[in-house]
Amino acid sequence: MTATGIGASVRRKEDARFLTGKGNYVDDISRPGQLHAYILRSPHAHAEIRGVDTVQAKAAPGVAAVFTGADMQVGGLPCGWLIHSKDGTPMAEPPHPVLAQGKVRHVGDPVAVVIADTRDRAKDAAELVKVDYKTLPAVASAEAALKPGAPRVHEAAANNLCYDWHIGDEAATKAAFAKAAHITRLDVVNNRLVANPMEPRAAIGDFDRGTGEYTLYTTTQNPHVIRLLMCAFVLQLPEHKVRVVAPDVGGGFGTKIFHYAEEAIVTWAAGKLAKAVKWTADRSESFLSDAQGRDHVTHAELALDKDGKFLGLRVSTVANLGAYLSTFGPAVPTYLYATLLAGTYTTPAIYAEVKGVFTNTVPVDAYRGAGRPEACFVVERIVDKAAREMKVDPAELRRRNFIPKNAYPYQTPVAVVYDSGDYFSTLEMALKAADYDGFAKRREESAKRGKLRGLGLATYIEACGVAPSQLVGQLGARAGLYESAEVRVHPTGSISVFTGSHSHGQGHETTFAQLVSERLGIPLESIDIIHGDTNKIQFGMGTYGSRSLPVGGSALVKALDKIVNKGKKIAAHLLEASETDIEFKDGKFSIAGTDKNVPFGQVAFTAYVPHNYPSQELEPGLDETAFYDPANFTYPSGAYVAEVEVDRDTGAVQLVNFTCADDFGRIINPMIVAGQVHGGLAQGIGQALYENTIYDKDAQLVTGSFMDYCMPRADNLPSFTVDTHVTLCAHNPLGVKGCGEAGAIGAPVAVINAVVDALGPLGVTDLTMPATAEKVWRAIHDPNMPKAAE
Amino acid sequence: MATVTLTVNGKPVTATVEPRTLLVQLLREQLGLTGTHIGCDTSQCGACVVDVDGISVKSCTMLAVQAEGAQVTTIEGLAHGDKLHPMQEAFREHHGLQCGFCTPGMVMSAIDFAKHHKHPTEQQIRHWLEGNICRCTGYHNIVKAIKAGTEAMAGGAS
Amino acid sequence: MYNFDYQRPQSVADASKAIAGKDEAKLLAGGMTLIPTLKQRLAKPSDLVDLGRIAELKGIKRDGSAIVIGAMTRHADVASSDVVKSAIPALAQLAGGIGDPQVRNRGTIGGSLANNDPAADYPAAVLGLNATVITNKRRIAADDFFKGMFETALGQDEIITAVSFPVAEKAGYSKFPNPASRYAIVGVFVARSGGHVRVAVTGAGPAVFHQKEMEAALTRSFTPDAVANVKQSASGLNSDIHASAEYRAHLVTVMAKRAVAAAG
Repeated sequence: MTATGIGASVRRKEDARFLTGKGNYVDDISRPGQLHAYILRSPHAHAEIRGVDTVQAKAAPGVAAVFTGADMQVGGLPCGWLIHSKDGTPMAEPPHPVLAQGKVRHVGDPVAVVIADTRDRAKDAAELVKVDYKTLPAVASAEAALKPGAPRVHEAAANNLCYDWHIGDEAATKAAFAKAAHITRLDVVNNRLVANPMEPRAAIGDFDRGTGEYTLYTTTQNPHVIRLLMCAFVLQLPEHKVRVVAPDVGGGFGTKIFHYAEEAIVTWAAGKLAKAVKWTADRSESFLSDAQGRDHVTHAELALDKDGKFLGLRVSTVANLGAYLSTFGPAVPTYLYATLLAGTYTTPAIYAEVKGVFTNTVPVDAYRGAGRPEACFVVERIVDKAAREMKVDPAELRRRNFIPKNAYPYQTPVAVVYDSGDYFSTLEMALKAADYDGFAKRREESAKRGKLRGLGLATYIEACGVAPSQLVGQLGARAGLYESAEVRVHPTGSISVFTGSHSHGQGHETTFAQLVSERLGIPLESIDIIHGDTNKIQFGMGTYGSRSLPVGGSALVKALDKIVNKGKKIAAHLLEASETDIEFKDGKFSIAGTDKNVPFGQVAFTAYVPHNYPSQELEPGLDETAFYDPANFTYPSGAYVAEVEVDRDTGAVQLVNFTCADDFGRIINPMIVAGQVHGGLAQGIGQALYENTIYDKDAQLVTGSFMDYCMPRADNLPSFTVDTHVTLCAHNPLGVKGCGEAGAIGAPVAVINAVVDALGPLGVTDLTMPATAEKVWRAIHDPNMPKAAE
Repeated sequence: MATVTLTVNGKPVTATVEPRTLLVQLLREQLGLTGTHIGCDTSQCGACVVDVDGISVKSCTMLAVQAEGAQVTTIEGLAHGDKLHPMQEAFREHHGLQCGFCTPGMVMSAIDFAKHHKHPTEQQIRHWLEGNICRCTGYHNIVKAIKAGTEAMAGGAS
Repeated sequence: MYNFDYQRPQSVADASKAIAGKDEAKLLAGGMTLIPTLKQRLAKPSDLVDLGRIAELKGIKRDGSAIVIGAMTRHADVASSDVVKSAIPALAQLAGGIGDPQVRNRGTIGGSLANNDPAADYPAAVLGLNATVITNKRRIAADDFFKGMFETALGQDEIITAVSFPVAEKAGYSKFPNPASRYAIVGVFVARSGGHVRVAVTGAGPAVFHQKEMEAALTRSFTPDAVANVKQSASGLNSDIHASAEYRAHLVTVMAKRAVAAAG
């Protein structure tokens, strides 16, 4: 290991600008003469629009334009994944207008845009837009939306059903239950979450009258995808005339993947007005317009034999998709969820059914983990419940059912093939680090202070590194999910890497530079990683699903291979040797077994000043591009241990310890990987204890600001104990698996298992998320009615 | 419109603002100091924290006109050339930031904390951060960074 | 935010003149509630009269058997004041738990009291300690000051200038915060003076109120056990997504116990 190569905790290159206030986020950008857009949104969850009067608003001071759905006749926002129901019919796919066309379907649905010289004046004028609404009955809960007579969100979706999908072998699962010695049943509500990256979404549209080129600066995780969707489906603009820039982006967590109305609105308006148009969300606007996460209601049953071996798992889930299909909305509760229901276990028969349902709520789509936290919660909660029912140690029951170390590749009953893993080792590491054996003593000590102490386990598996394009194509994806990288070696030997991955906090500028430094023996200062601009980057599918290193990093490795291979040809010429005799190591090309060599820099210079060069066989220059399409998903896994203390008097839960053992495959920068785990944990713990998105009976959002939506703070969390165990990914060149989502996947259920463990002596067997103080207090006082407080 | 005169990062500034202009708007939009961020509209997230006359305040909850005559320091005013302030350096060393958006407010708040606590406990740091929300780091490394930064400042490195 | 006229008077008299007769004018103290309210366009004042430069409104002093705190004294100053910490430590502790450090660096006692948020902390201390609210026109006893949710006895052009807290023999405050906003879901302030005990509850109801049964029980015996079985009725208490009335009622007893324990 070198000081800057693979495995080194190199301090981040990007930090210098972030720490000195020199970051460049979208709202920091001002274009000459730019105007400001304010989006007028529906105050109603469901209403017909009988008319919009913009006359007064247009005459207000500073106003440049007011546009409504009638003015902006463009394509709808597209959905990137087609799901088919059990009976083979395609999902209901109603239009998703950019500005409302005759109807609004959730509070926050965009109705008009007011564009003025300042943001305050645009807001002032928006109050003068008169919208004549006829309110309609609305529904927020997916279960309620499926009931006969429920308000209908879309004409195109009878009973509000988008799809009724299934996976697995129903008959085999039924047979497994028929021979069960024990059946554990579980009802789960996976609470709806708001991603809340600290940077609110923002977008600036700009238009060059001379060239007819549009530029969109936007807070996205995948600028090329936004350009493709906006050009091809919404605005029908030629892609080569549109540049999309995602500069520094202040966190994404999934909710900045999707193509949003505001991106199309500012781009379109910039063209109409031939001026830059900027929009920045207020936080309360983010709550009404950023795609939200989770929101499942599930019934699950686990069949076990008398020794606690899992025989079968049956799962039935109702997933709330919100008012419209967001970019990847339908895929999250299906292929990103039910394919992970085997967890880390050998359960031989699994059958899952999922109903995707429209409601009068903000659209639901991927949020950190996207489907996998929901699957992990079902599996690890029911396994824990089964252990308690059968009076088996929860760790032991898990061991009895783990997929053996020698069973890879392992075909699960729900379509995916795990390539590598070692669940025994991560569990033992976590138990040891958490002092599992000493827990009884700690519980006694807590009891002396009047506190109830509980310990909860979870193991998790996730499918990352999305995704093999052919496979996902068969499953309904309307895109390929490869990645690209270009390595441009400059004549003086410094390097620019252009990657289609996008960093919004993950530290690619450092980690990717480490890959280059390791391979080419070049110092980090001579390497820049460039991302987030369609005019600079060849192409890219962006960052989500923990795919940057497994897919983007693999593309980079392929491009580096090409650089080295070409370098060898040049070196062979310079050294007057055969190419097959050239070795490349520590930044030098040498003739094997001799001390004759040329440094990388000299080869680079020769490529651009090819006076002494094999011009017959080789083009000048040293600049290589590679695309990489993964052969499989990657399958990070791990084991988590949560320990909580419950205040009996108030029901308040304090998380006191959290211990992780993760298997992410090879680790490039351990410091950054640990940071990713910490952040995922905080979000997972937030889901378990604090965060909840609540709509009232009229489908008004009640938790519409940080005053009511509880973001985890520093004093809600302990310091974490994190460690890793490595089994290499079997199919990508780095052996990496991805680490971005693990914490958010494994933490919620570990915490809830711990709270249930704490309350177990009082007769509590289950508790829904979030385990708020009042809910826990009620469970303490009436263990049979844990849901009474919801 | 009103005129406001103040000192920002050691430089005298006079600006014409509406009475409703917030201090953060003055900094970001008129003075181009975009290091100070806006992450919420309920005065909770702390991305906008700056130093006004020696104390940390939320610049989104203060009118620009209220800063008349004040000495304001923003994240841009901390480093000396390439040499980071000890608190900035501690955040870098301990990986106390990821996306960087909450970072300026965190650092400004942490510097105020360091003035009141020479040898802080983890609990004191976590309690102080009630007014700063981070969504990336789980606070783990921020707490470590503030401890180290506080000790570095107490050691006279500032 | 809507536009408004801004004024920065140098004296209480000038401030009083600036708002006199202007029904839509508002006083700006620390602004920790008012400015967020304006940002959300939930208020549309014609004028903001900024009290921030009036020196006579700031400061903490001991005045015989009372601590007098100027209306524009910041929470951070009360929390760190040696005078307050030695005379009424519970008051310093309460001030140190309001909002967050930056809110405490701007927010003021006068602003908090004039706003009378049902979940604010200071009203509990003022009522619990039987403080007197001093204005530019009169002295108002705590029992007469708080009139209801966001309502006080203050007249249109009346300005709080100071609050006088009698020093209690014993006092304690315990709060169960809303996890999101950090305001009090329930806060209970207890104080014993001259054999009489006052128990003030914030967060639970539409405005701060006396818990009379607890006052009686604690007057008999100033111990946590004395209130452990005194139940607060849930009737009329606040109920929201964070806490039902029933849960708040339960917390009143728990927080009262803890406040008594904290009072020592």
